[in-house]
Amino acid sequence: MTTDTTRAQEPLPVDDDDVVLTVRDVKKYFPLTQGIVFKRTIGHVKAVDGVSFQLHKGETLGIVGESGCGKSTLGRLLMGLEAPTEGSIRLLGHEMAGLKPSQMRALRRDIQIVLQDPYSSLDPRMTVGDIVGEPFDIHPQALEGRERRKVVQELLDVVGLNPDHVNRYPHQFSGGQRQRIGIARALSLKPKVIVCDEPVSALDVSVQAQVVNLFERLQDEFGLSYVFIAHDLSVVRHISDRVMVMYLGKTMEIGNEDQIYGEPTHPYTQALLSAVPVPDPRMKGRRDHIVLEGDVPSPANPPSGCRFRTRCWKAEDICAQEEPLLQIREKADHPSACHFAQPREIIRAIDEPEGQDA
Amino acid sequence: MTDTKPDVTAGPAKSPLRNVAFDPSAPLLEVEDLAVEFHTRDGVARAVNGVSFSLSEGETLGILGESGCGKSVTAQAIMGILDTPPARIAGGEVRYRGVDLLSMDEKLRRHVRANKIAMIFQDALSSLNPVFTVGWQLAESFRVHQGADRKQAKQRAVEMLDLVGIPAAKNRVDDFPHQFSGGMRQRVMIAMALSLKPDVIIADEPTTALDVTVQAQVMQLLADLQQEMRLGLILITHDMGVVADVADKICVMYAGNAVEQADVYQTYESPAHPYTRALLESIPRVDQKGQELTVIKGLPPALVNPPPGCLFHPRCTFARDRCKVEAPPLYPVPGGRASACHYWEEVMAK
Repeated sequence: MTTDTTRAQEPLPVDDDDVVLTVRDVKKYFPLTQGIVFKRTIGHVKAVDGVSFQLHKGETLGIVGESGCGKSTLGRLLMGLEAPTEGSIRLLGHEMAGLKPSQMRALRRDIQIVLQDPYSSLDPRMTVGDIVGEPFDIHPQALEGRERRKVVQELLDVVGLNPDHVNRYPHQFSGGQRQRIGIARALSLKPKVIVCDEPVSALDVSVQAQVVNLFERLQDEFGLSYVFIAHDLSVVRHISDRVMVMYLGKTMEIGNEDQIYGEPTHPYTQALLSAVPVPDPRMKGRRDHIVLEGDVPSPANPPSGCRFRTRCWKAEDICAQEEPLLQIREKADHPSACHFAQPREIIRAIDEPEGQDA
Repeated sequence: MTDTKPDVTAGPAKSPLRNVAFDPSAPLLEVEDLAVEFHTRDGVARAVNGVSFSLSEGETLGILGESGCGKSVTAQAIMGILDTPPARIAGGEVRYRGVDLLSMDEKLRRHVRANKIAMIFQDALSSLNPVFTVGWQLAESFRVHQGADRKQAKQRAVEMLDLVGIPAAKNRVDDFPHQFSGGMRQRVMIAMALSLKPDVIIADEPTTALDVTVQAQVMQLLADLQQEMRLGLILITHDMGVVADVADKICVMYAGNAVEQADVYQTYESPAHPYTRALLESIPRVDQKGQELTVIKGLPPALVNPPPGCLFHPRCTFARDRCKVEAPPLYPVPGGRASACHYWEEVMAK
């Protein structure tokens, strides 16, 4: 491998048929202003600061991190709801930045979003039929000559709702059912990629499993690719093929599910995993507990060098001076943004589940 | 001036509670057959339907359930902070050291709150008053309950902030709630709950709004303080992981009923109620690879017009005809446990 110490990480093959979404070095800075009439910019909140990844067809990429790490901003950037300050996002080979509104509209058919809160993301004055059918008002050609009402009813059926309920209003449904309405709306234009921004966080545990299984079934059925943003590491492990860990706008570690959960190399990933309570009292006191000190620093004024160093137990002088790049390190097999990356087993199940499928 | 100063460190000298016959040998907290109803336009909703449990010093009881199962209403009934109406306590007793709180005079009850039983709420930001400093709000209990003057009260507030691990407490005491991070605010809530040295703490989803790394900090703090002060802790949560980590025993609630009670190891190893079993199978675990999640079909019942028989039967895989007509009592299960299922033996054997 070349020892290219500039920005370049692994070269990203852009025109691979299998790749649906390519994100390269994307940044989003929000200006901080002062003054009422004469606004002066006094700084920037670096919400997303140089994130790169690729998403393949039929793949689920989980993005985890604590609040304020930039994962939701990243989701909005992918949707074209925010314009990136720098960097490139290519959806199905088309660069999203600098598109004309009409081109953007056409491209958006291929990427849709499911939002977190099923209570505030549905208009209470619209019927379910109108909500799920609204995308066809903007993209009438997506109906392909079929009758709108019929298509909507089919969609409701696909997500497990009663097709006869098209004339009901959102308040007549429970939280889990509302999230299904949101999913039906996202599916209506037959997108290739769905960005799921905390889609099950607001749901009760017994309903959460229903929605998670629905996501998996739809992926198999329609060959969808998911960007699954969540803070719940258990759900992300369950649904994701690959996982990206973010902290203060940067990628700390990225790898497949086994690599991230089985042998995390970044101290932040390790701390995050050790903090997740495991529903098994026999693990009490038998797990490696890393309790981090302090809080996440402000993204307006991030620490120099490695952003995690202020809470890291491994931090040395080099961490303050030199920012660790996201690259494959000596002792690991997947990229990690830590000078001292080293695998550490955090989660050990007492009774290993048999028959692990590769 | 100095001679009129009450000795606040000696505790509540003129507490109205001194005439109440608390029995130190009685259990710390006993809840027996507690029932709470809500009168709504659609009818009477039985939010809590005969829940019983007890709590002793240094013990942690986890109350586990989904939203709407009555776990928060139970807590509010114990604290005496239910809005009545629409709520009405329809029956039962809540005994603190042998004295029933539900029949106690409201003026006295007020002194039980904070002095004997205190509560930590889920959302620290909305539980704190945004227009007063954290120190002022913390000091309020010392001023009101112990007659401390401003200076003393503030001093005690600093001590409390120090106790819950807020760095540079002396400088932070005059800050407003919005100047604290989520985890720090929850620490302030804990300080407030502990300020009058209660014996019982009720924590209602104390870490649900927090990130996992901060959640770990706060739970650790709560556990340490509990050990130190021999507190009885009631932890209300929907997170099976948090309960497994800290609770000694568990009460699982479903639609207003306690459906299973057991110690924490028993519950997770061999659940005796189909609902508990289904819950454990339906959550993805961070320490296991993705398998198909078992789904609990359907939704929790409406509390206004609940189904006849066992409330869980429409969603239960063990349900038979008997379950549709006959509501199960809380059967005793070997090992000091209890399960509200006719077929608990079958559930455990599976």
